[in-house]
Amino acid sequence: MELLLVVLIGALYASGVYLILRRSMVRLLLGIILLGNGTNILIFLLGTITKGKPPVMAADMSVFTDIYADPIPQALILTAIVISFGLTSFAIVLLKRVYALLGTDDLDTLNTPQEEDV
Amino acid sequence: MIDNQIIATVLVHLFTALIQLVLPRKTVEQMILSIAGCLIGFLLSVNLFIKILDGGILTMNAANWEAPFGIVFVADLFSVTMVLLTSVAALAVSIFSAVGVGRARMLYGYFPIFHFLIMGLNGAFLTGDIFNLYVWFEVVIISSFVLLTLGGRKAQLEGAVKYMAMNILASTFFLTGIGILYGITGTLNMADLALKIPLIEDQNIVNLTAIFFLIGFGIKSAVFPLYFWLPSSYHTPPSAVAAVFGGLLTKLGLYALFRFFTLLFVPNEFLKIVFLTIGVTTILTGAFGALIKTNIRRMLSYLIVCHIGFVIGGLGLYNKMALVGAVFYMIHDIMVKTNLFLIAGLIRQLRGTMNMGKLGGIYAEYPKISLLIAVVLFSLVGIPPLSGFWPKLFLLESALFNHSYFYAASIILGSFITLFVIAKLWSEVFWKDASLDEMVVDNFKALKPGRKTLMVLPIAILACASLFIGLNAEFIIQVTDRIANEMIDTTPYTRAVLGK
Repeated sequence: MELLLVVLIGALYASGVYLILRRSMVRLLLGIILLGNGTNILIFLLGTITKGKPPVMAADMSVFTDIYADPIPQALILTAIVISFGLTSFAIVLLKRVYALLGTDDLDTLNTPQEEDV
Repeated sequence: MIDNQIIATVLVHLFTALIQLVLPRKTVEQMILSIAGCLIGFLLSVNLFIKILDGGILTMNAANWEAPFGIVFVADLFSVTMVLLTSVAALAVSIFSAVGVGRARMLYGYFPIFHFLIMGLNGAFLTGDIFNLYVWFEVVIISSFVLLTLGGRKAQLEGAVKYMAMNILASTFFLTGIGILYGITGTLNMADLALKIPLIEDQNIVNLTAIFFLIGFGIKSAVFPLYFWLPSSYHTPPSAVAAVFGGLLTKLGLYALFRFFTLLFVPNEFLKIVFLTIGVTTILTGAFGALIKTNIRRMLSYLIVCHIGFVIGGLGLYNKMALVGAVFYMIHDIMVKTNLFLIAGLIRQLRGTMNMGKLGGIYAEYPKISLLIAVVLFSLVGIPPLSGFWPKLFLLESALFNHSYFYAASIILGSFITLFVIAKLWSEVFWKDASLDEMVVDNFKALKPGRKTLMVLPIAILACASLFIGLNAEFIIQVTDRIANEMIDTTPYTRAVLGK
């Protein structure tokens, strides 16, 4: 399981970086999404994966005596997913507006000289 | 000591924004609410600042979860100083926005988003938990995306794409760092991390994590190889927005760098060299960039980059005198840079353009306003006894003591180029004869006297703050001296948070 996740994280980061370095705006967006997902799985992996051990204890005990699953990484990932959902939806709308204005998705064309510079 | 009052500076902006959201289309009410909210925020942060200055570090446990298990808010002198400066800048910008931002932008929610941005900044300065810091960063960047694109002009959208891509990338780096740090220490509380990180056997992975944070915060604070998004986006939004961005957003990145690299990762020899190199290259590239720009706001964007380098170099020296200089420089820079972008907005109102070639004759026509602006320009350059002089003195002295001659030389060169650029600005915009171009339109004369005051008053407020910092430097040095002590000896911080 751990090895699988490690390979997956590596693949997500590598493809994310590759896509960000392309010129197209759609690929930039996809790259950002992939990098974000890679980070979420990284947090999940580093929070140590324990199977079938809930973080609850019996009512008459005051400390954990058994191994238990750490709930914090999942809370962190949930927060990060929500945030990246908001950012991604904003990014999609922004890139669509830019595409509608410029008629191209080449990032190198984003330097139209301004009226104030001339 | 536990005190719930420290969160009030965050809440006041949250409630202002929420009330404004239920008053859509009522721009005058929103405007008044905005100024009132910023005024209350300012008074609360002054109160908090005095409390911390007299007493000591205050903390607040969210939902009464004991640190290090819950999220903790910590108000030490560094955080509170930043909160105070933020609220002064916010007050000035909210007054300026009343005239400087068009009604169309106000109708689309300029004021609520502005308050969410200030709320995010205050939260980020006060939190003592690294994941919570990440969340505040996201609050700040999503608000700044909206402020940057509000209006939807072509140039704005083009700038926003670069700004968005780099900032999301920075957040990803930051989050990756948090993930690794949680994996190796099992905690997210800064004070707890400060105690646990030195105990880790494999220090290599700690250094690797530090680099993740360095890149993440480096993008946000616009240091040398990572700054290119800043000059290509900061000249696009309205001047009131650019003032908040230029004055405060890069300083948030710097704050995070200082917090992480004094509390969590104490710089070793390698990191010191990295910081010094970044500092020198940032100063030089920013200064040379400022030399060739003719648009006022583009030039100011490069000056921001240049002056970030001064502060980063101070962190690289990592001794008390350098830290005093660096923090003092941040205090001075927030006031002056916010003001300069407001001044750029005023100049645009006076002449309808920001191209230095087309401007001229403002001194002959508006001598009083020009003299007010001259005070700010002199403060930026650092004519003694104004505010830019003292921190540079500390940084230069510390650089020479530590034989960092490259850094010392770049401080002198950077200051000289700043002086040259500002002198050029003064002679082109204020002294040169008015251009006879019929394109030049004076929108300022048409304003009612009350609205004229609303435009000049914030500049006067910030100029007074700069004068206070410069003329009352002894007090500021006492404050920054305590901040530097807290940075070097972190035991009071950890003791205040963890209670042991």
